[in-house]
Amino acid sequence: MYLNANNISFAYKKNKPILKNISISIPDNKVIGLMGDSGSGKSTLCKVITGYIENYTGTVTLDREVINNKGYHPAQLIFQHPEKTMNPKWKMHKVLEESWNPPQELMDTFGLKDNWLGRWPNELSGGELQRFSILRALNPNTKFIIADEISTMLDAVTQVQIWDALLDYCKHNKIGILAVSHDKELLDVIADDIILFDDINKL
Amino acid sequence: MDDLLNVSNISISFTQYVQGLNQHVLKVISDLSLSVKEGEVVAILGSSGSGKSLLAHAILGILPENGNCEGDIVFKGEVLSQERKEQLRGKEICLIPQSVNFLDPLMKVGEQAIGDVPKEEREEAFKKQRDVFSKYGLSEEVDDLYPFELSGGMARKVLLSTALLSNPELVVADEPTPGLDSQSVKETIKDIKQMAQDGKGVLLITHEIDVALKTADRIAIFYSGYVIEINKTENFNDVNNLLHPYTKSLIEALPRNGFKLTEGVQPLDDVDGCPYFENCPIRDDFCKNNIPSLIEHDGVMIRCHKYNGEVE
Repeated sequence: MYLNANNISFAYKKNKPILKNISISIPDNKVIGLMGDSGSGKSTLCKVITGYIENYTGTVTLDREVINNKGYHPAQLIFQHPEKTMNPKWKMHKVLEESWNPPQELMDTFGLKDNWLGRWPNELSGGELQRFSILRALNPNTKFIIADEISTMLDAVTQVQIWDALLDYCKHNKIGILAVSHDKELLDVIADDIILFDDINKL
Repeated sequence: MDDLLNVSNISISFTQYVQGLNQHVLKVISDLSLSVKEGEVVAILGSSGSGKSLLAHAILGILPENGNCEGDIVFKGEVLSQERKEQLRGKEICLIPQSVNFLDPLMKVGEQAIGDVPKEEREEAFKKQRDVFSKYGLSEEVDDLYPFELSGGMARKVLLSTALLSNPELVVADEPTPGLDSQSVKETIKDIKQMAQDGKGVLLITHEIDVALKTADRIAIFYSGYVIEINKTENFNDVNNLLHPYTKSLIEALPRNGFKLTEGVQPLDDVDGCPYFENCPIRDDFCKNNIPSLIEHDGVMIRCHKYNGEVE
């Protein structure tokens, strides 16, 4: 199975275009790394692919079928700042249950402690919250993970823990990953192929 | 050389309401000592959530109201009180904050960079601001943008140049690099080095080891609110020169050093013994109930029972 973005162009209101004729294809058995400068539009592309932005031109398809933006999106975005993606008035178990109830062993692989579930988001650190936001995205209906700088704000030890668990899960469940980062050393280790954003953005 | 900044035995805690009027004291930084000399870059490297940013906020005196800070912060030989911190900050001590959320969302960035100045000095202030901004590659259009219109990298440059406007003696940089592309990171590294060459003291708070390695003279490792090791930067090139097991696993976890997996997360609640006890490969029963203190061992500051002679 492939997740394809075909000829995507997009401009924020009144501004000059930020994405132009971008095509990218992600197979479900690979990790594709995407590298680019800050402000070049990587995050915007991620939002287009995962349905957060709608008024773009071009298509996002799963194999050949255009993805219906109503209902569960097969490509799930994991953001750089997990604290901004969680309802501060929900405890962690509710944050997780909004998506699904992961099995206990998966919770253990991601190093989630049971007593974290009763805490509020502001009582956990960025690394701990990011574990939740990754696990939340691994709902059985997810076919692709778009990871937008998910480990930039984490220390090296936590970074390894998170990627190790995520790569392992995705390999066994045939989930493709688009890993966006500007850390070349990291992408060299985790990605099968690396794409330079400037090469595909035909501005 | 005299210490520009000397932080001795700082502890920071928060008073929280748990249920109704029941209060709970949450300790986030314990027994922290650290010094920065003129022209020196000291990096604080630590896991996320280990309380690094709070140290910066304590030095600037901008802790939230329910935060209590014990211990002394000495700047140029003078113990800082809250009023003194308020006088100094933005002038002799400057903070490069962690996120764009520290900018006023309703003010254009050019305006807020110069701050509140009398009318007759505005023009000059703008000129100075323009100079510093262009030095960091921010074009004139940027002055008229609102914070939400900036990309992550631009926001970071705005924060950096705003902090340097008043030519401070001590710069506290709180995570100045995440979200920047490699070119901008290189520039930031160059800027930090330049600040040190100009005789400023820099306290660099970061979790990016590379940035610390390239800029700092000494690196302090933070874990769960404790400084567990302060070592010279050159010792970080060889894992065998590092003393604490957590420091070692941190260096070995770098992509280029093998991306080695170490299990375990830091404890969320106060522990009776060594904060690294649960994950430590060289632990002993003694470590469980006794907190080691920070001692000197061959010129390296280390907090581990193995080195203070308590445990074989």
